[in-house]
Amino acid sequence: MNPLLALLPPLAAIPFILFFGERHKNLRELSIFIAGFVLLAINISIYQDYLEHQNVTSGSLNIFQGLTLELYAEPIGILFALLASFLWVVTTLYSIGYMRGHHERYQTRFYICFAVAIASVMAAAYAGNLLTLFIAYEAITLSTYPLVTHEGTEQAKRAGRIYLGLLMGGSIALLLPAIIAIWWLTGTLDFVAGGIIPADLMNPMWMTVLLALIVFGTGKAALMPFHSWLPNAMVAPTPVSALLHAVAVVKTGVFLILKVIVYIFGFNTLQQTGAASSLVTVAAITILLSSMIAMTKDNLKARLAYSTISQLAYIVLAALLANSVAVKGAGLHIITHAFGKITLFFCAGAIMVALHKKMISEFDGIGKQMPYTMAAFFIAALSIIGLPPLAGVWSKLAISEGAMVANEIWVVGVLMLSSLLNIAYLLPIPIRAFFAKSSEPNQATEIREAPLTCLMAIAITMLGCLVFFFWPGPVLGLLALVR
Amino acid sequence: MLSAHLPAFIIVLPLMAGPLCVISRHSFISWLIALLINIVVVFMSVAIFFQVSDEGVIRYALGGWAAPTGIEYYIDTLNATLLVLITIISLCTLVYSLPAVDREVAKHRHYLFYTGWMLCLTGLLGIVITGDAFNVFVFLEISSLSMYMLIALGSERRQALMASFRYLMMGSIGASFILIGIGFLYAATGTLNMIGLAESIPNVSDSRTVLVAFSFITLGLLIKAAVFPVYSWLPNAYQYAPTAVTAFLAGTVTKVSLYIFLRFFFQMFGSDYSFGKLLLGEVLLPLSVIGFFVMSLVAVFQTDIRRILAYSSIAQVGYIMAAMSMATHEGVAAAVVHIINHAFVKAALFVAVGCILYRLGNAQVTSMGNLIRLMPWTTSAFIVAGLSLIGVPLTAGFVSKWNLVNAAIDIGWWSIVAMVLISSLLAIVYIGKVIEAFYFQSASEEVSNGNRAIKDPPLMMLIPLWTLIIISVYIGINGSVVVDIANVAAQQLLNGFGVSLETVNTVVTGSSK
Amino acid sequence: MKYLALYNYWIVVIIMMAGFYIMIARHNLVKKIIGLGLFQTGIFYFYVSLGKVDGGTAPIFVESLEAQATVYSNPLPHVLILTAIVVGVATMAMGLALIVRIYEKYDSIEEDEIKAIERQHWQENNGEFGISLTAPPTASS
Repeated sequence: MNPLLALLPPLAAIPFILFFGERHKNLRELSIFIAGFVLLAINISIYQDYLEHQNVTSGSLNIFQGLTLELYAEPIGILFALLASFLWVVTTLYSIGYMRGHHERYQTRFYICFAVAIASVMAAAYAGNLLTLFIAYEAITLSTYPLVTHEGTEQAKRAGRIYLGLLMGGSIALLLPAIIAIWWLTGTLDFVAGGIIPADLMNPMWMTVLLALIVFGTGKAALMPFHSWLPNAMVAPTPVSALLHAVAVVKTGVFLILKVIVYIFGFNTLQQTGAASSLVTVAAITILLSSMIAMTKDNLKARLAYSTISQLAYIVLAALLANSVAVKGAGLHIITHAFGKITLFFCAGAIMVALHKKMISEFDGIGKQMPYTMAAFFIAALSIIGLPPLAGVWSKLAISEGAMVANEIWVVGVLMLSSLLNIAYLLPIPIRAFFAKSSEPNQATEIREAPLTCLMAIAITMLGCLVFFFWPGPVLGLLALVR
Repeated sequence: MLSAHLPAFIIVLPLMAGPLCVISRHSFISWLIALLINIVVVFMSVAIFFQVSDEGVIRYALGGWAAPTGIEYYIDTLNATLLVLITIISLCTLVYSLPAVDREVAKHRHYLFYTGWMLCLTGLLGIVITGDAFNVFVFLEISSLSMYMLIALGSERRQALMASFRYLMMGSIGASFILIGIGFLYAATGTLNMIGLAESIPNVSDSRTVLVAFSFITLGLLIKAAVFPVYSWLPNAYQYAPTAVTAFLAGTVTKVSLYIFLRFFFQMFGSDYSFGKLLLGEVLLPLSVIGFFVMSLVAVFQTDIRRILAYSSIAQVGYIMAAMSMATHEGVAAAVVHIINHAFVKAALFVAVGCILYRLGNAQVTSMGNLIRLMPWTTSAFIVAGLSLIGVPLTAGFVSKWNLVNAAIDIGWWSIVAMVLISSLLAIVYIGKVIEAFYFQSASEEVSNGNRAIKDPPLMMLIPLWTLIIISVYIGINGSVVVDIANVAAQQLLNGFGVSLETVNTVVTGSSK
Repeated sequence: MKYLALYNYWIVVIIMMAGFYIMIARHNLVKKIIGLGLFQTGIFYFYVSLGKVDGGTAPIFVESLEAQATVYSNPLPHVLILTAIVVGVATMAMGLALIVRIYEKYDSIEEDEIKAIERQHWQENNGEFGISLTAPPTASS
């Protein structure tokens, strides 16, 4: 199966979305569902093809002088594509309830931009070289910009400016020079197993600079101090925050870093030169600092955003440890964090739709009104923290193991400390919801849940957290193929 | 053998079309004449292009008078490509101009408009095709004079008159400087043929006469190309000219001056003389870097889209100049690439603005509210072209920037790399400002009053617009088309003419039938 | 005396610079055009004197051998400058035509008055604020 096909379903859905428009909402959303399932099927068949012959590639398109556009399936990419396409279907289910329940305007534009973003994510996941990945990266930024500014308020516009400024600015000012430098140094941008930069190519210090340009230039990975776009982007409608700013967009960032470390630098080079070690510290600081900031935030989505920043730094950190165990942890964490965090965001959105509450301080006693939602929130929070029997435990374990392989024991300490911080900022929310007395004296106690489609989506992603604990086999099997 | 005489026909046809338009004295008929001639000229330029790429350099002796005596047309890959570029942009903007001119120019002057257009086209093609230094001056003045007139025809807005007058003063100074320079060159070498000059200049390269000639020509060309300190004619001219003229002007006129720059300084004087001995690069580089940086910054603060684009044009000329001042193969190639790409992109942007102006009546950023829904085709074209200006991948601008940055890295000019990237960020700001207005600004009074239906302009305007956009995106996806041409052109430019003036036997003479 | 021998170039330089100065320093548009004319005339003189060969006569070919001179002036610069003169005349005509139109529209041919009119017009339309780092703000009426 040609990976290029994975771009088609979301793009093919656009004319239908446009055609049905606001008049035939059901047909419009049906077409998205069909596209979503087709996309999922395509990704699964790419996965099977890959297991069979491990050479799934599209033709390449030569731009000039050997710069090519090419799609090429490899394990991390397949995993990422499967994740994004599966969650797209779930998110669509959720958006139907959310967007209608919230009476959002311009829903057609919303769905179109969403579809374009998904197509770009597919291109990123299957990118066969750094240039293709970079282009897909920019395409994601551009297609999600209208989603961030969806509300059209001053605040949204401001957030949009920060969004474009940091993501595009960072990628052009830092990432692009790094890419050009790699091109200039090695004459290729292809992802090659074992990397294309030999250890003795240059001074380790310059290697660190190059790596730093990539790690910081990839604004989507939200490493401090390039993180501030993410909390700002939370003005977007919740489905956007949930799928794009907890999964697809930010994961593209860490995915890019992961790919560069595995296929451009290669483990050997980084281990021999130690070029990544100073950056590991930056990631560790980001983990702790953003967890602490998260505790101070009263707005639920903002708190989740800072939590995301911290969790993304886990993945970056794992990638920077540069050994196959840690990278396996990174790949796992992309999956487990995705299911946990998307559930949390879905719950936040559900609370907004049902009760119109955004601030955690207003959550006292809402467990009685929204028991299912808050129960799901609790389970997802446990998964993020990393308690068994939930998926989050595997990835944290693997990252810790990777840290020990890399002989960076202090990193394990950081991870443990951060888990404690996770508990401190996530668990009070369900506790408050279930046990605190409501401050409003005559608050209704009957159940007021979000629309059914929202609840279904929440249930699916929450179950995902459980399933991956008991059944991580396929994912691990795929990640074992990373060379 | 008609095809042997294409180089003459491609000049003569538009020249003849001018008077024909005057005789017709009718708006539509003169447009039709211009259009037909332009289509023919496009085919001719493409034919010449293939002739050059198949058989190599064409040397055509005008009127059968071979090189030392007569005027010679010299066509290699670079100017063959530029011929195609100019004719295509002219065709697109000419198609667009029919509805646009109807709104912007008084009815009884329409035939004059198309007359001026054809003469300007003649001039531009002539500059590009000729191999004779004095001939360059003559054609330069033909194109400039008709351009002054075209700008002044936008006199529904009276500022166009002053803009045209200022351009006339600056342009005449520039042209006069070039004239003086050519005079000195003749005094030093006794020939006006570029090949002859290239042969003779090394013998007299120590003389002060050549030095004076060199500096006069440099200054004249800098004015004509609107390089940083001497650009002041450009913003007003771009803003107040009829939009079709602005698109044509932005796509071709400054590019042609840059072409003369390449031809004179790399091939005629030779890069050893201009860049090795006289350190032209050291003079140009600071100017161009300040140019693209400051002008991008100025563009950020403009409120009229045409002005934003005008300052952005000066900035782009700065990029091209910076690439040239590297004086390496990669640098020259990058300059050629950007000349081609920017011509298409800027023409497309100005056509898009013209479409907005056609419906809206002004081009202030503050009036752009809600246009994304009212004029989706126009605004999306603007956005695509704007992204290309920024240099987003898969657009022509990316190919340019990539080559420019690569050329700079190749000789270790890291600070230039940084400046280019930072000024690209400024481009995000000024283009982003317009795009943001398209999306979020609440509809302005003109729009919401509903005096005029605000919708996409007629197909006559949209088709040329999207043709230009598709060309620029195609270059972005398949950049090797342009990059390969640019590499060949750079090689030819840096290797000198490679033929001597006297090799008459290879010259196609005008009398041979 | 070496420098005085090149008096023709001195004349050219003086005429050209006078013209150039007028173009820059005068605000009256007609005077600017006059300056341009003077400037270009300087260039014409330059070309004409360029073709002069010491002791040469007019380059006219005659049949009779005894009437034939041995040294001719170079006719080529003179021919070239004929073209340039035509261009100059066209430029001047263009400039003067523009001035006529400017006078019709603004009632003035003084550059600073026109600028003042434009600025006033712009302020009436846009108010005092508005940013323009270069060039006097001009209206888009």
